[in-house]
Amino acid sequence: MISVESLTKQYGPFTAVDHVSFTAETGRVTGFLGPNGAGKSTTMRVMVGLTPASSGRVTVSGRSYRELVNPGLEVGVLLDASAQHAGRTGREILTIAQQTMGLPRARVAETLARVGLTEDEAARRVRDYSLGMRQRLGLATALIGEPEVLILDEPANGLDPAGIRWMRDLLRGFADAGGTVLLSSHLLHEIEVIADDLVVIGQGKIVAQGSKSELLAAAGTLVRTADVDRLARALHEASVVTSPIDGGLRVDADPELVGETAHRAGVVLRELRPADGAGLEEMFLELTALTSRDDTAREGAAA
Amino acid sequence: MTTATQAAPAPRTTPAAPAPPRVIRPIPMSRLAKVELRKMFDTRAGFWLMASVGIVSVLATAAVIIWAPDEAITLETFSTAIGVPLSIVLPMIAILSITSEYSQRTGLTTYTLVPWRGRVISAKVLVTIAIGVVSMFLALAVGTVGNLIGSTITGLDPVWDISVATFSSIVLANILGMLMGFMLGVLFRSSAAAIVGYFVYSFVLPVAFGTLAAFQEWFRDLQPWVDVNFAITRLFEGSLTTEHWQQLGVTTLVWLWIPLALGLRAIVRAEVK
Repeated sequence: MISVESLTKQYGPFTAVDHVSFTAETGRVTGFLGPNGAGKSTTMRVMVGLTPASSGRVTVSGRSYRELVNPGLEVGVLLDASAQHAGRTGREILTIAQQTMGLPRARVAETLARVGLTEDEAARRVRDYSLGMRQRLGLATALIGEPEVLILDEPANGLDPAGIRWMRDLLRGFADAGGTVLLSSHLLHEIEVIADDLVVIGQGKIVAQGSKSELLAAAGTLVRTADVDRLARALHEASVVTSPIDGGLRVDADPELVGETAHRAGVVLRELRPADGAGLEEMFLELTALTSRDDTAREGAAA
Repeated sequence: MTTATQAAPAPRTTPAAPAPPRVIRPIPMSRLAKVELRKMFDTRAGFWLMASVGIVSVLATAAVIIWAPDEAITLETFSTAIGVPLSIVLPMIAILSITSEYSQRTGLTTYTLVPWRGRVISAKVLVTIAIGVVSMFLALAVGTVGNLIGSTITGLDPVWDISVATFSSIVLANILGMLMGFMLGVLFRSSAAAIVGYFVYSFVLPVAFGTLAAFQEWFRDLQPWVDVNFAITRLFEGSLTTEHWQQLGVTTLVWLWIPLALGLRAIVRAEVK
């Protein structure tokens, strides 16, 4: 379990992380979602002692990171897959981790196989790796000590759809076996595929958190019709909150109520369905728009 | 309950089993030193930098045998010929041992696996000094062989004009040079800045101080107390007086130990990105 308590990090007058509190539960995959520059990486660096916090604290399995005597065996960390010496081979990088942790030598080959890097790939120098291969190698470094907790910053970055599915299965298996996983992403759809719980951060503050099903359920109903105005009026008369979307409405009510209201008002519907994640997506788009300097984040969230 | 309702779980490519409670022992210093030593050899650049110690020694020795006049074939000639290039190569090794963690950003992993940065740095210092001492003995061995070969060619008796005491102070001088490089690496955390810093330290400052001493009467007596290279260079000549040792102490305190302490304080606190 990872527990973040009122964590704050200031750089001069700029507050990168502002009283962030959340818990990543054992046996669950927690997605840490936010646009680029929202404070995800800073929060994660503070977790593992690379960045000193201005205030607040983080505990991993009840202890602060620096209290762990051999952290690699308890917490697997991947912060930046590209932060490796380009001149080392993949196997060498993993061997350094294996030796630092004091693990048996055979663990290197086992872990390489576990993340799907071949012998041939492991013998290549990291400068010749694709981003996806670097992510797999970084994940190997995180996994080699068989930790109970994983802290992964943008681990799906650079993976193809098959790679993302592979990572989902790997992390699912890890959590099901009693592990804790915290992974960050700036892509909503990516994290929707992998995570059980979501923590959404924007401009250093937590803006939403809860289980994925909770957050998605809160999104209400999506309805499309040729006569949007009439339906909106009818719904307002039934004291239901609506917000206009392209060619229809997002309604804070279940589809049955919306269907009934439309029927009574005599409005013909084109589409009526639960707004899976639409609310979350809108919120996320707003967040991204606020910091709209990264178009890829927006495209990714809308994808 | 029927078997039909039991959906087969999706096949897991790797069932990641978090380990059961187990005894976790602290990381011993010897292991850190071993890892740091490995990291100095495990890239092509690193390997050739280390190999250059041997290569430089052999080349310098060959040059002496080929070009030095017969009467100059003495161990001291070889020692000087090897010592000059080594006094540049060894500090580079020291600089890169620390700055590569930052320029290659491997520090992200290193300091995550070992969050006590002081211990990582200590391991690096130990390994750096060990490499310095081993390199000096290697250079001595190459010089000795060179001296034997050279005197065989000239037909004269080999001249062994370097005492154990002189050799020790040459080793000390080189270790101080490496620590100087290490200090600059710790202070700048950037390979380029530290290397430039080293050349300023060992080539620009001595010229500046030398010029000042040559033209300014008042500085002449002061120079040995201010100029660290002046004090270190005397180690190569051996036989230092008490005052010389005091001057070495004062100058290294100001130019090496205090900046090293400041750099270490900063490196332990600084954010690693």
